Amino acid sequence: MAYIANTPEDERVMLDAVGLDSIEQLFDAVPSKYRLNRPLRVAPALSEWELTREIAGQLARNEGADRRVCFLGAGSYDHFIPAVVDNMAARGEFYTSYTPYQAEASQGTLQAIFEYQTLITQLTGMDVSNASLYEGGSAVAEAVLMALAVGRRSGKVVIAGTVHPEYRQVLKTYLAQIGPEIVTVPAVEGRVDPQALAAAIEADTAAVVIQYPNFFGQLEDVRALVKVARDQGAPAIVSVDPISLGLLQRPGDYGADIVVAEGQSLGNPLAFGGPYLGIIACRQEYLRKLPGRIVGQTTDRNGKRCWVLTLQTREQHIRREKATSNICTNQGLLALRASIYLAVMGPQGLRTAAESSARGAHYAAEALGAVEGLSPPFAGPFFKEFVVRCAKDPRAVLAKVGEAGYHGGVWLGRWFPDLADCILIAVTEKRTRAEIDGLADAYRRALEAL
Amino acid sequence: MYKINQQPLLFESSRPGRSTAILPESDAPAKPLDAMIPPEHQQQTPPPLPELSELDVVRHYTNLSTLNMSIDGNFYPLGSCTMKYNPKRNERLAGLPGLGEQHPLQDDSTIQGLLAILYDLQEHLAEIAGLEAVSLQPAAGAQGELTALLVAAAYFRDHEPDRKRTRVLIPDSAHGTNPASATLAGFETVTVKSDPRGLVDLEDFKAKLDDETAVFMITNPNTMGLFDPQIDEIARLLHDRGALLYLDGANMNAILGVVRPGDMGADLMHYNPHKTFSGPHGGGGPGAGPIAVRAHLAPYLPAPTVAKREDGSYYLDHGSEKSIGRVRSFFGNTGVLFRAYCYIRSQGPDGLRRIAHHAVLNANYLLSLVQDVYPVPGGTRCMHEFVASARTLAKDRGIRAMDIGKRLIDYNFHAPTVYFPLIVSEALMIEPTETESRDTLEAFAEALRAIAAEDPEMLREAPHTTPVSRLDEVKAAKTPVLRWTP
Repeated sequence: MAYIANTPEDERVMLDAVGLDSIEQLFDAVPSKYRLNRPLRVAPALSEWELTREIAGQLARNEGADRRVCFLGAGSYDHFIPAVVDNMAARGEFYTSYTPYQAEASQGTLQAIFEYQTLITQLTGMDVSNASLYEGGSAVAEAVLMALAVGRRSGKVVIAGTVHPEYRQVLKTYLAQIGPEIVTVPAVEGRVDPQALAAAIEADTAAVVIQYPNFFGQLEDVRALVKVARDQGAPAIVSVDPISLGLLQRPGDYGADIVVAEGQSLGNPLAFGGPYLGIIACRQEYLRKLPGRIVGQTTDRNGKRCWVLTLQTREQHIRREKATSNICTNQGLLALRASIYLAVMGPQGLRTAAESSARGAHYAAEALGAVEGLSPPFAGPFFKEFVVRCAKDPRAVLAKVGEAGYHGGVWLGRWFPDLADCILIAVTEKRTRAEIDGLADAYRRALEAL
Repeated sequence: MYKINQQPLLFESSRPGRSTAILPESDAPAKPLDAMIPPEHQQQTPPPLPELSELDVVRHYTNLSTLNMSIDGNFYPLGSCTMKYNPKRNERLAGLPGLGEQHPLQDDSTIQGLLAILYDLQEHLAEIAGLEAVSLQPAAGAQGELTALLVAAAYFRDHEPDRKRTRVLIPDSAHGTNPASATLAGFETVTVKSDPRGLVDLEDFKAKLDDETAVFMITNPNTMGLFDPQIDEIARLLHDRGALLYLDGANMNAILGVVRPGDMGADLMHYNPHKTFSGPHGGGGPGAGPIAVRAHLAPYLPAPTVAKREDGSYYLDHGSEKSIGRVRSFFGNTGVLFRAYCYIRSQGPDGLRRIAHHAVLNANYLLSLVQDVYPVPGGTRCMHEFVASARTLAKDRGIRAMDIGKRLIDYNFHAPTVYFPLIVSEALMIEPTETESRDTLEAFAEALRAIAAEDPEMLREAPHTTPVSRLDEVKAAKTPVLRWTP
């Protein structure tokens, strides 16, 4: 049997030692009336070769970013992953260890997390970070819980309609049973008007959430939006794209209180949506309400510098029902991958990733803008993602573009009824001029054919 | 292990101008940067990330890795964490582009192979649970708990709109995530006492069960490593009051194919696939927390789930208006779920049952080897894990559970979980799992027995062979240094 080491001889010796005749007797504590008296109805066991053949065969049916040129984004991006990331993270000492409860036997993981926390503060310009959260959507919810826990205000939560719609859904789910009400400030021309945001904020508004670049790729007037929130005393939570921080202004520079991000782009594969990496960072004054694990520096008995899980009195295993977050496990391996990615890319590499993505996206916007039947609905500046309006049924157009070998974009009607004729297109540094030209050509042919 | 003693921080090895060429410049026509990104949006200075060569980075992480204990290198009997072998075959399959290169929003028609796998996993998890419907969305066990409680809250809101069920009952032996999740789901938590054996105190449970009770959360087998045979009685009492029974699946490894949560009366449960189904723990995640529920709770599950059409094709079902919504973006922790599926398919019905059999056999054998030195308050029998107590050693010789755990590291074993569950003093919670051999268990027992006779002074300073000695945790918390600064 797979992975069990005991031989029949071992089994006999062990049963003798515990004074039983059969393994079944070990389960005497389980009343027979509700024991399962038949085999589980699951598929029969496969050997390694059979498993490999079957699973690899199933996976070969998928047509992902390896088989069609990928212009999909909306929070998950096809950025390049350096070989060093895969190779180092595949070391068993990293991926088959667990939460570093025993610091003396886990300095590798602890130092890597301490470095991750530092890298995130360098990237965001914020004071402190943690060992990571699950992913970008629940990170928004955790940030709002944090703002509520700080407890200066208990009123509504104001969120921009330009925040990722799935992140907004997650926030709604998280707050469903504990209040408070969520007020969504609608997007106008793909952006949020600072005055509209200001009007939505009340004297006891608990938090304001915005995204930069926003869900449509647009560059909001983030300074004005953050200022509006802070002027009225509401904590400003900003969701950012970590790759953009190679080029765009940092949250610490424009006064954000709490920053969250989906960290998938930093060296983590698309993997059909997960596991991903929830990044969170904040100003010092929010530290005591920061959820999840945190690694701190200290010294050992000999005065040597070392690292340990710290400030654990914030966490569920100590505070139980009084905890302000229930998070236990972080995304250790994904945080490690993000650190290796940032270490090997360096400031220059990250800049190149950001700038090349932006350049490709702006070229793509022009190339697609020249296609009869496509037009840009939004006029504002954008980073690596943009929206096109489609004169014919966008889903039919995308299907045809797909047949030509492209994942041509994300249909927005799924979340935005008023943008049912629109498509969101993302360009990373992996996309070449020829691929962008090919995409424009595929759209042209699709629109002509329909 | 321990090839080196200390590795400088990435930032200390940084040299201005040192870099690794990873990316080319874009071949799209150049445009002035200011024409694309207005200057007010551009950063004034680049982020102060370290500047390193590729070899610097490789050496750094290779050296760091040698400072860790891991399943690949060490016995890791961390109670309640189910640190079993992580099969290499699953890693190789998970590295295929048919998983890694799939975008969460690509058209359903382009991802039929993966949807088939995820659909089949839903079916397998439902059968193993003895429950009807599954959501693969939650990102971790704790998020699974929260999700299930939100499902329960939505169900009650729908079915008993005029009634307020405000309370969740939780045994005092439970993991901290249980009460924390209940609070986050808007419930008041009520603690139910354990009896002297560590099982639910049925009288206390009855006294606290009332018409405002929504859910009782039970871990069975519990954190003492004991199966609570009263569970069907508990379920009956709850159901008579219209309340629901939640099973925390942290300890499913002990009962796979032997008894199913649904058959003992549970209405909702979560799995920890990174424990039960061998997902690598990744130095602290990623996990996943799929949940299974009875049919009448299915409409409230988070969306999407994977559904099958009559023609045999698969699609993402985005759910009804009854759904609680989403607890995270996109589908779920697919990579973790995929490994769980590979593991289940490698086992088949007999293999799954043998996992439980040998996990329980290994734990009982180990218990028998150490109980004369380390009393086990739960009794002479256990399920997949047991909680030993260093109470007498602490009293007689001043040797505490933490000292024993630390000293085990010198013997090249990871420490057990210490000081949990809270109801046992000087607790050492030991879970060997089914993948360890009799030889390993005997060597570990020998180490535990040897330590009990060692010099207490020396033990208080253990470990002695690690790259760092015992750390000053108070200093770390009192003056937090949470990032490197120049």
